[in-house]
Amino acid sequence: MKTFYWLMKREYWEHRGGLLWAPVITGAVFLILNLMAIITAEVLGSRHGAMMIGGNDFRTMIEHADAGDLANIGSAVDVAMLSSMSLIGIVMGLVVLFYCLGSLYDDRRDRSVLFWKSLPVSNTSTVLSKVVSAAVIAPVIAVFVSIICGVMQLFIYAVVLSLHGVNIWQLLTLAHPFRVIGSLLSAVPLYSLWALPAVGWLMFCSAWSRTKPFLWAMAVPVVVGLMVSWFGIMGLFNLPTAWFWTHVVQRVLLSVFPGSSIVFSDHNLSSMSDMDSNDPLSVLSPGHTYGLLATPNLWLGVVAGAALIAGAIWFRRVRDDS
Amino acid sequence: MNAVVTATGLTKRYKNTLALDDVSFRIESGRIVGLIGPNGAGKTTALKAILGLTDFRGELNVLGFDPRSQRDRLMEQVCFIADVAVLPRWIRVREAIDFVANVHPRFNRAKCEAFLARTKLTPDQRVKQMSKGMIVQLHLALVMAIDARLLVLDEPTLGLDILYRKQFYQSLLEDYFDENKTIIVTTHQVEEIEHILTDLMFIRDGKLVLDTDMDAVGERFAEVMVSADKAEAARQLKPLDERQVFGKSIFLFDGADRAVLERMGEVRRPTVSDLFVATMKGTYA
Repeated sequence: MKTFYWLMKREYWEHRGGLLWAPVITGAVFLILNLMAIITAEVLGSRHGAMMIGGNDFRTMIEHADAGDLANIGSAVDVAMLSSMSLIGIVMGLVVLFYCLGSLYDDRRDRSVLFWKSLPVSNTSTVLSKVVSAAVIAPVIAVFVSIICGVMQLFIYAVVLSLHGVNIWQLLTLAHPFRVIGSLLSAVPLYSLWALPAVGWLMFCSAWSRTKPFLWAMAVPVVVGLMVSWFGIMGLFNLPTAWFWTHVVQRVLLSVFPGSSIVFSDHNLSSMSDMDSNDPLSVLSPGHTYGLLATPNLWLGVVAGAALIAGAIWFRRVRDDS
Repeated sequence: MNAVVTATGLTKRYKNTLALDDVSFRIESGRIVGLIGPNGAGKTTALKAILGLTDFRGELNVLGFDPRSQRDRLMEQVCFIADVAVLPRWIRVREAIDFVANVHPRFNRAKCEAFLARTKLTPDQRVKQMSKGMIVQLHLALVMAIDARLLVLDEPTLGLDILYRKQFYQSLLEDYFDENKTIIVTTHQVEEIEHILTDLMFIRDGKLVLDTDMDAVGERFAEVMVSADKAEAARQLKPLDERQVFGKSIFLFDGADRAVLERMGEVRRPTVSDLFVATMKGTYA
């Protein structure tokens, strides 16, 4: 256990830039852009003498809002808080993608694998420590950065609006910051499971390929997908050709992006329609997202991911090219 | 005597070359073995087999373990330095020590820090900021602080200047080596390790062509400097090698009669490099 902890620490040392600084810088850039937008709005607004949204004075709008409108304002604040997450999520997906591709290849290329292999650490723990870094540590850090970023953004809005005489406490009670935080935290375990086939495939390529793991990881599923489409192989299983693209190609390449489960999974697309349109948070609420646990798509992916990781461990042991 | 490494019929074939061809040997505890051979002779393959880094056919026992299947436990007892530049470039001195200290049960942190105190390395320095010589100092400090029974060195001083090379072997001898430890070393700079070796193995085209201890080298091989008039007589004794120096011929004999040789000229113990060159004659031809 101690060894495993230090293996994870080792991964963090090596990839501090991607795991920590990439989300932090993304969040900071996002906040700065927001501030600039607000300043621009202030400058334009001061010329008209009032805070204008869609031609209406924001303050009078709140004062005259009925319950439904207030709920909409709350949702808008929630979405504002979440918006930083989407950007950080995309960056984190890229970080995880390239982290996995390099994880078992870079040290073979620079031959430092000889140093790591001179220590009494099993290949299994080495590979698993990298899986955990990709599927758990990376999203946990990204979620915490998103939460801090979201809270700061809420704070900025509150300050700006209070300068215009809007009651910030009323505004904050309309929003659901704790629900947003809870939803984000609850998304981490689901992400870990959902991303597993992609993490497994990318790490398998990383352990297996002698050169250019990126090319192999991209080319193999895409070329196979094209062959499947071309020859209509899926017809043999009474499945449409698109099935292969959505259930294999996308799953092994794009599942590292958080939120991809909401976009790709049939389960979510179908249940999205009967969602409360006034409550955008429900897309991310655990009650909704954890429905994914009941789908074979998720669990088949987990099984495939585990098999690919086992393959990565095996190739980590036998690849002998340093 | 307990054997540290026992190999029987060790064979390794890469696609179209035979890197190790039915090699058998035995290395006892408390020895410093030089594994010497031309490029591509199979040295590194033999070391990789011992370290469990490659598959092979035949029997191999290292400290009672099979390196293929019991590698994780074996590596608690075995250290290796493969070449100079294998430390990861991003790691800092402090991180390297912390990491090894926490994953290696036989690591002695104080010993490592004491050794590093004698160098110019600082805790926050990254490997990528170091010269080759400094990287080797760090690697050696890490390895010497591990109480391992077998140390494998594969070209440990390649590309280092002579100061670092001398210091490297001196540290090994003075601060590390004792009768419970065994060192296997490969290098092309034979002259520099000649005086520290206790055993010598020559490998050529995947076969062991010489496996002996250094005392026996002196008894078995002899070098005679013969003046031109006696050269023909010396050639009759089938020398391994002949070279000319200052109008005289130097012959290298394997197992020739001392008394006969002494009548022809001055008899010396050949250097390992002369022996090596004579043994490997025609390797690249």
